[in-house]
Amino acid sequence: MRIDPATLWTILGMAAATYLTRIAGLLLADRLVLSGRGKAAFEAIPPAVLIAVIAPTALATGWPETVAAAITMVAALRLPLLATIAVGVAAVVALRAMA
Amino acid sequence: MRTRLSLSADARDGLRDITPVMIAAAPIGGLFGAIAASKGLSVAEVALMSTLVFAGGAQFAAIELWGYPVPVAAILFSTLLVNARHVLMGASLAPKTRGFSSAQRYLGFFFLTDEAWALAERRALARTVTPAYWLACAAVLPASWIGSSIAGAALGAFLGDPKRFGADFAFTALFIGLVAGFNKGRITAATVAASGATAALAHVTLGPPWHVLAGAFAGVLAAYAAARPEST
Repeated sequence: MRIDPATLWTILGMAAATYLTRIAGLLLADRLVLSGRGKAAFEAIPPAVLIAVIAPTALATGWPETVAAAITMVAALRLPLLATIAVGVAAVVALRAMA
Repeated sequence: MRTRLSLSADARDGLRDITPVMIAAAPIGGLFGAIAASKGLSVAEVALMSTLVFAGGAQFAAIELWGYPVPVAAILFSTLLVNARHVLMGASLAPKTRGFSSAQRYLGFFFLTDEAWALAERRALARTVTPAYWLACAAVLPASWIGSSIAGAALGAFLGDPKRFGADFAFTALFIGLVAGFNKGRITAATVAASGATAALAHVTLGPPWHVLAGAFAGVLAAYAAARPEST
């Protein structure tokens, strides 16, 4: 059970910074009243964030990942979540074997 | 037979919704633990980080930067940047959790993750997000994340390259599946295209963690542009 002091402080700092980002939205939200385009922009936050997080893997890694991401996207529009993940993982394994 | 221990319908829905996420998170957690151990972190340190930080993207970014002496400032800055999206996510979810007490909100939002938040947003389209739903959904996920990252740190050396099993891609496939749940046609297509292209470009030019902010910003702008202006 080794815990290095510098590592401990870094982890505690990361935890504090992360919790701050998690509750900051609660403090800001009541000041946001939106309609029309503002509402559309606000509602786009979920897909915009999720896609930004995975874009490097999906688009800037190699063609097997990009093609597998496209296959996953088609699957996602038709299948439940767990089946979508299974299709994606199977596709990337098969395509990497071809690469 | 119903007992006092039986879960409410909302809690059962939460557990049902989070199950595929817990399965998808396990190989990612294992991957995190294995990489962290290879950078010199002990199993106890990995467990502590996964428990207290509990944010996959930020943890991977931190491990990428990790070294000895620990670059504390760079790691904290990266953590803030990667997690900046939580502010937008929390702001979006906050009005849907009006039924929560303050304690339920401030404790419950400790467990805010991309996945639990996406599930709660999807549920909010059709019905109310209750504290039972949120806690069953969000606060159960750490079991998978912490457990798998400990296992990864302990066993990492024996498992070999996780890429062989495509385990590294589970996270990407999971997020694509979650995005499909938000599909609203034209505006969502514009959002996905703008966010994906901008984030990939920013990742290549500016490097992580800037791609998350750049892509999210571009996606939101695209939705604004694609939506019809208000007719007042």
